[in-house]
Amino acid sequence: MNVHEYQAKRLMKDFNISVLEGGVASTPAEAVDVAKKLGGNIWVVKAQIHAGGRGKGGGVKLAKSLEEVENFAKEIIGMQLVTHQTGPEGKKVNKVLVEAGCDIEHEYYVGIVLDRDTGLTTMMASSEGGVNIEEVAHETPEKIIKASIDPATGFTPYIGRKLAFAIGLEGDAMKKCVKFLNGLYQLYISKDCSVAEINPLVVTKQGEVIALDAKLNFDESALFRHPDIAELRDPTEESAQELEAGKHGLSYISLDGNIGCLVNGAGLAMGTMDIIKIYGGEPANFLDVGGGATKETVEKAFSIILEDKNVKAILVNIFGGIMKCDIIAEGIIAAAKSLKLSVPLIVRLEGTNVSVGKKLLAESGLAITAADDLADAAKKAVEAAKGA
Amino acid sequence: MSILVNRDSRLITIGLTGKQGTFHTLQSRDYGTNVVGGVTPGKGGMVHEGIPVYNSTYQAVKETEANVAMIFVPPKFAADAILESIDAGVELIVAITEGIPINDMIKVRSVLNKSNSRLIGPNCPGIITPGECKVGIMPGHIHMPGNVGVISRSGTLTYEAVYQLTQRDIGQSTCVGIGGDPVNGTSFIDCLDLFEKDKDTEAVIMIGEIGGNAETEAAKWIRDNMNKPVVSFIAGASAPAGKRMGHAGAIISGGDDTAEAKFKVLEQCGVTIVRSPAELGEKLASVL
Repeated sequence: MNVHEYQAKRLMKDFNISVLEGGVASTPAEAVDVAKKLGGNIWVVKAQIHAGGRGKGGGVKLAKSLEEVENFAKEIIGMQLVTHQTGPEGKKVNKVLVEAGCDIEHEYYVGIVLDRDTGLTTMMASSEGGVNIEEVAHETPEKIIKASIDPATGFTPYIGRKLAFAIGLEGDAMKKCVKFLNGLYQLYISKDCSVAEINPLVVTKQGEVIALDAKLNFDESALFRHPDIAELRDPTEESAQELEAGKHGLSYISLDGNIGCLVNGAGLAMGTMDIIKIYGGEPANFLDVGGGATKETVEKAFSIILEDKNVKAILVNIFGGIMKCDIIAEGIIAAAKSLKLSVPLIVRLEGTNVSVGKKLLAESGLAITAADDLADAAKKAVEAAKGA
Repeated sequence: MSILVNRDSRLITIGLTGKQGTFHTLQSRDYGTNVVGGVTPGKGGMVHEGIPVYNSTYQAVKETEANVAMIFVPPKFAADAILESIDAGVELIVAITEGIPINDMIKVRSVLNKSNSRLIGPNCPGIITPGECKVGIMPGHIHMPGNVGVISRSGTLTYEAVYQLTQRDIGQSTCVGIGGDPVNGTSFIDCLDLFEKDKDTEAVIMIGEIGGNAETEAAKWIRDNMNKPVVSFIAGASAPAGKRMGHAGAIISGGDDTAEAKFKVLEQCGVTIVRSPAELGEKLASVL
């Protein structure tokens, strides 16, 4: 789960990690109030959306007067901000973060993430902050310094020193960086983050070590023990259908094609999309009904798929293990009746309780195209979508 | 022959008395698995569906000489159950549970690395040696005994591959679902190594997914160490580039974890690839 920069920075403050002073605003007037309270004569007005690349899209502005703070806030709040991570439709900005400016001496990068290869939490730092860090990692990987952290010991100061010295910090700045990294690690572990990324981390002309930007991502599976974090979820950042699906234990992602997919298991769901493409069709969605689906959740899955008006055919591909085919069949029958299903429906069932499931469908009197196997199902779905 | 489980395996289920634990343990027993006990703290001493229940894994292992534990404990408590099984000296732990917090699994993996136990999963369908022993949630009837090893990160795609093999009268030595979580107990390479050494496995199907480096690392291992043919499919070629937050994930993985990138490395390393999951059985038949 993602949170906004202003939320991330509040959490960081709780862990004594130095961030710029600032406040969040939903209107230009509020933005001016925040700037007045901060004082000084230079402020940064930053669009609060979850996607990165906000500066390039015009969502981050440097204001040199209160009038400019107001004007930039007017410009940014309500805008449809397009970045390389939002897609072409962009993301509506509801809030801005107003922060005091600072004199930057140098920009660094620090991040904490799981290294899948070692199965360990890994801290990374680079002297090349502020720029496109992925490019740095790709072209000059030696400029990204990494340190794995043993879960039994956690962060210990030598890890911080190792990274701080390696990115060229000395003296007081080195010590402050170690304190910063310790705080970030404590936050990462105690709140079950999956990503903590500070780009840039700056050393100011006054010698302070401060986070200019902050991205925190949280492990969805651990939210049960962090109700405070779960509350930070911004529903406007997520698709309404995806949220609705999630409430019913379904995992749904909307796509551009016209063949609706209802599958059990993420791998098989992706495999089903892949084979639809191979036969010349385009999937309208990814939908994994999971292992614990009931008749009601299957019905809900159909209604979510059908909300997409581009859907010209629906392919159900179920290989029952934990999921039983008769449950799916009952859900299909209930959905076809209650939603007055009008698009062609192609069903492929296999696995646990398959014969009961097939019998239920056959006796339902519904116009269902039965498929023999995966390839047959994909072919029939592509043909049906083209014919419609 | 087979790998990891066979007719001598002695299974206990941790979380036996829950709904899922009960259903799948009975399915495993019906398949022929030697189910010797179960663990539910506080319910020790009772007999559930003819299976003795113990309060702790230690006690269950002591009384039944179990060497395989199947974990059906909810995600909140699953890491604890795995750690107890490691501490009790269970040789093979199969964690079916989905949704265990990543930081919990990092701790488990660290303890596991220093132990003699092997963990399969979590978030996996389990492991089956057809005709001998089923430890997991896979539908038993689609399998048949034979000489093809199957390894997969995805549950239902494993069933798909197995079904295609059985349809062609090609049996399986052992099928292992290693699970889809970022931190798991057993890797593709661990299984490939076991299959390479197993004299009754003649070929292997390996099913991967987008994300991470596991398939790329496995491809290189196959090139350097494996003499048996491997057929591979990577799910997710059609998946749109994810809306990622931040760059840290990409930096650590080196960036290129798309299906296309993985297919390319697999091919370069001499693995036979299929781009359609419907062709796994047919392609495997062609390399035997």
